[in-house]
Amino acid sequence: MKRTFNAEDIEVAVRKLATDIRTRHPEGEIALVGIRSRGDEVAERLVTMLAEDDRELLFGTLDISLYRDDFEHIHENPKLQGSDIEFSLEDKTIILVDDVLFTGRTIRAALDALSDYGRPGKVELAVLIDRGHREMPIQPDYVGISLATQRLDHVLVSLEGTDGEDKVEIIPRA
Amino acid sequence: MPRKDLLDIHSLSREEIISLLDQSTPFKEIFTRSVKKVPALKGKSVLMLFYEASTRTHSSFEVAAKRLSADVTNFDVPSSSISKGESVRETIETLQAMRTDYIIVRHGRSGLPAAIAKMTNASVINAGDGAHAHPTQALLDAFTLREIYPDLTGKKILLIGDILHSRVARSTTEIFLRLGACVAWLAPGSLLPLYPPAGVTCFTDYETAMRWEPCALYLLRVQMERQDVQYFPSLREYHRVYGITEARLKRIAGEGIHIMHPGPVNRGVELCDAVMDYPLSLINQQVENGIAVRMSVLYSLKPNGE
Repeated sequence: MKRTFNAEDIEVAVRKLATDIRTRHPEGEIALVGIRSRGDEVAERLVTMLAEDDRELLFGTLDISLYRDDFEHIHENPKLQGSDIEFSLEDKTIILVDDVLFTGRTIRAALDALSDYGRPGKVELAVLIDRGHREMPIQPDYVGISLATQRLDHVLVSLEGTDGEDKVEIIPRA
Repeated sequence: MPRKDLLDIHSLSREEIISLLDQSTPFKEIFTRSVKKVPALKGKSVLMLFYEASTRTHSSFEVAAKRLSADVTNFDVPSSSISKGESVRETIETLQAMRTDYIIVRHGRSGLPAAIAKMTNASVINAGDGAHAHPTQALLDAFTLREIYPDLTGKKILLIGDILHSRVARSTTEIFLRLGACVAWLAPGSLLPLYPPAGVTCFTDYETAMRWEPCALYLLRVQMERQDVQYFPSLREYHRVYGITEARLKRIAGEGIHIMHPGPVNRGVELCDAVMDYPLSLINQQVENGIAVRMSVLYSLKPNGE
């Protein structure tokens, strides 16, 4: 099993997401909401690719820090970046986008956060990487790369806009 | 190491100040959503311990705590029964037994919130103590002016009024200086401290002060209730000499100068009625931003034992 992925692999994975989204939603308006940080960058790339079809696309970002379920356990509260959703969610088809899907807790928090903006018609989930080990009944609708990992492995995603380069590394537990 | 208490601006590092201010923006964005509430402090308890009357600060903290989903309890303190340090200690022991997570204190005695902070595991936030400090007011003032001028370096702010008795003046002056702004004070000589902090220019004459070319005028409330002796001849005289009269407002408007005030305004004393409709008045923004800044403070502090 491959343990690192380069810019090209990531490009292929994002293209796959775009193609799958296109297949399922050949027409109609969709809104992509990226989870900060890095999910927003994946979502932005998807918006660029999907925009080639000349269709109705909306884009927003979601900061789920205030919705986490582990405030009791973390030492310092996460730095807030803020959400930016300028459109109404009412009855829209929303595709939540994140970089890595792991326990599912982030998505649980994202669904809570999203519902405070309104009531979407439908919510789907697109992830660049699914690394398994869910702790919640949450499954993705679109997956770029499926990875077999150990529970304690670290999956480090770097994206150009956030980290300066496109790269995924799997660091086994020490 | 996250901070447990917020007692004054002085003990904050510049990084902490900037972080509290930057973090207030995402909280302000929440106010425009359909649900103006987040679950960040769900199940946490916030106790409002106000030994001194306050409507604005009290309700601002209460709204902030509720928008973070905390449970808010008001501990009504009949001011007459609390006059000795011992009774405060007893109160705090009671509160400790209630397992309160955050205590928001206002007290007429300078330093009392700091004393309470030592007695409890709860996070203590100073909501104004005597003539000492009012840190959340200072943070909301800085946040509000930064919305106009993102970089306050070199910006000139003129504080006008009862500097001597004002904890707002102390905290707000300090935060503006720490953020690189220039601060001057304008007041009757009787209401100016003998030893202003380094870098603060003092004026006693309005015209002279305006030649310093401030970008914002910060009017302090004339605190009738805190003055044991008369420091100026009359309120009308004060308005004429140190207040923003209609004639002065016209000139200020021409120069694009902003007006700030911590509230509540004594109309016809610090400000004439026309200031209420002045487009460059930041007074309403101060109120709204107060909630966001207090949410940021509550979110950033960590009680002991977590």
